[in-house]
Amino acid sequence: SPIAAETFGLGRAALPEEIAAWDKDVRPDGTGLPVGSGDVLTGEEVFADQCAVCHGDFAEGVGNWPKLAGGAGTLADDDPLKTVGSYWPYLSTTWDYVNRSMPFGNAQTLEPDEVYAIVAYILYSNDLVDDEFVLSNETFEDVVLPNHDGFIVDDRIETEHSKWIGEPCMENCKEDVKVTMRAMVLDVTPDEGGDDAT
Amino acid sequence: MTQKTTGNSRRAFLKGAALTGVSLAAGKASAATPDPLITEVQPWASGLGDGVDETPYGLPIQFESDVVRRNVEWLTADTISSINFTPIHALDGTITPQGCAFERHHSGAIELKKEDYRLMINGMVDRPLIFTYADLERFPRENHVYFCECAANTGMEWAGAQLNGAQFTHGMIHNMEYTGVPLRTLLEEAGYDTAGKWVYVEGADASSNGRSIPMEKALDDVLVAFKANGEALRKEHGYPVRLVVPGWEGNMWVKWIRRIEVSDAPVESREETSKYTDTLEDGTSRKWTWEMDAKSVVTSPSPQSPIMHGKGPLVITGLAWSGRGAITRVDVSKDGGKTWETARLAKPGEKMALTRFYLDTDWDGEEMMLQSRAMDDTGYVQPTKSQLREVRGLNSIYHNNCIQTWLVRSSGEAENVEVS
Repeated sequence: SPIAAETFGLGRAALPEEIAAWDKDVRPDGTGLPVGSGDVLTGEEVFADQCAVCHGDFAEGVGNWPKLAGGAGTLADDDPLKTVGSYWPYLSTTWDYVNRSMPFGNAQTLEPDEVYAIVAYILYSNDLVDDEFVLSNETFEDVVLPNHDGFIVDDRIETEHSKWIGEPCMENCKEDVKVTMRAMVLDVTPDEGGDDAT
Repeated sequence: MTQKTTGNSRRAFLKGAALTGVSLAAGKASAATPDPLITEVQPWASGLGDGVDETPYGLPIQFESDVVRRNVEWLTADTISSINFTPIHALDGTITPQGCAFERHHSGAIELKKEDYRLMINGMVDRPLIFTYADLERFPRENHVYFCECAANTGMEWAGAQLNGAQFTHGMIHNMEYTGVPLRTLLEEAGYDTAGKWVYVEGADASSNGRSIPMEKALDDVLVAFKANGEALRKEHGYPVRLVVPGWEGNMWVKWIRRIEVSDAPVESREETSKYTDTLEDGTSRKWTWEMDAKSVVTSPSPQSPIMHGKGPLVITGLAWSGRGAITRVDVSKDGGKTWETARLAKPGEKMALTRFYLDTDWDGEEMMLQSRAMDDTGYVQPTKSQLREVRGLNSIYHNNCIQTWLVRSSGEAENVEVS
């Protein structure tokens, strides 16, 4: 039940059209998805037109741009590859983010059916569906991403704070101190300027 | 902007040392010859300076042109969804000048004028509302100083010592005095449903940067801010309105905020699933790691701020902060953590704000391995990098609050190192 509080009478009522224009977020259970659908092959075409210049023809990423596919089973590796297929827990996020914020530099230009198609193609690129797959607001809930259960809620209070509390050592805290790594060996810090010519 | 400066960068250090030595020697009490800067009338003591109409809104004097934001090109694919760094090595006190306070955008710094600004509150509320900028200025205001630290600050240092300077290792941070309206006030104006456990906030920019925040925090100390350090927010910091989320990772400080939705569940948006989740050694990842833990860094001496004056009195200074409360103490070690001395806090620590510390010391010219170690009012002691790695491994990306070591050589030059 709503709380009773004194109000200032500031602002005005938001109209349904205004809320519809801005409230587009989609939750993991599909809340917020518009009616629509798109298949893998359509997605491949839209992706080629709208996305591949940065994300690659197969969603594998170009240069330093994000890879959207690949990396399955790498999360515990030294150098994990985190993609929609290997890392993202919910398909809703892919739909929501593509719909609202992609393509980079031309966001909010995709129709819902195009977003469904692109997301279907990203699933296909991650070997999660076959090339016949049609993603729609109705088939959406059938898709469970591989890393769905890969996340835990912040546990630092138990796993870290409980250990690192109390009076710290002030004297004779270690026997010996050696330099083990040096930033100047890597030499990846930008130059401060003025003497770069050398 | 020109980078050709006379600033005391590490690279300029050796070249500049001889010259600086002369000018510093001239300042000593027992000079052999009279100092012409004193014995000769200088132009500024005879002619005229600038009129008061010269600079309606001033910038720092040209000699401080090295005190600027810096970009590290290789960190990101482009400069639009990217980061730059506050020159903390050259600042003192705690308030960050807005003009050199770091930026982090996901689709660039947008230009949004007050007349075009709208803020929507919708979802589980009695009255979905639209506010104009002018509406926001009519609510009762509060003022608070808080740090905003990017979750990725020091993130490049997980695997080892990489970037050579406090600006680069610790400069994704700023600390400002904010003026704004408590988010609670706006939620009450809309009549939020107490069954709504979350708010989802998003910006007006293309990236939107949507994040879910638990209602408890929203009702506690979150501000909808429109002034920082006395003036309007800078464009790049969210003009005209941003969210201020005390103690929590900078990503949640949504800029150009346009919508607040009360809901019964988190959205699990891109910025709280793909990003701002922290992968542990076994491949599982923490989510909702909101608080920024206690942390500190010696800002001088440091790689970009070497010792130029030789041995004798030396001010070791730095910053400490905690997202869980106030800094109560900072210890400094000169020998890589074997022994520690408790530093002096310039002022008592304030909750979720930067705290300045000093250790006034006498340098014997010997090599030092400088470290600082912060404690907050929960009793938490800033850990070493190996302590963090023991729990998290190497791939957390975010929330690296480890103790930093600067190797200060007898020349006065300093380097980012890791020690055993």
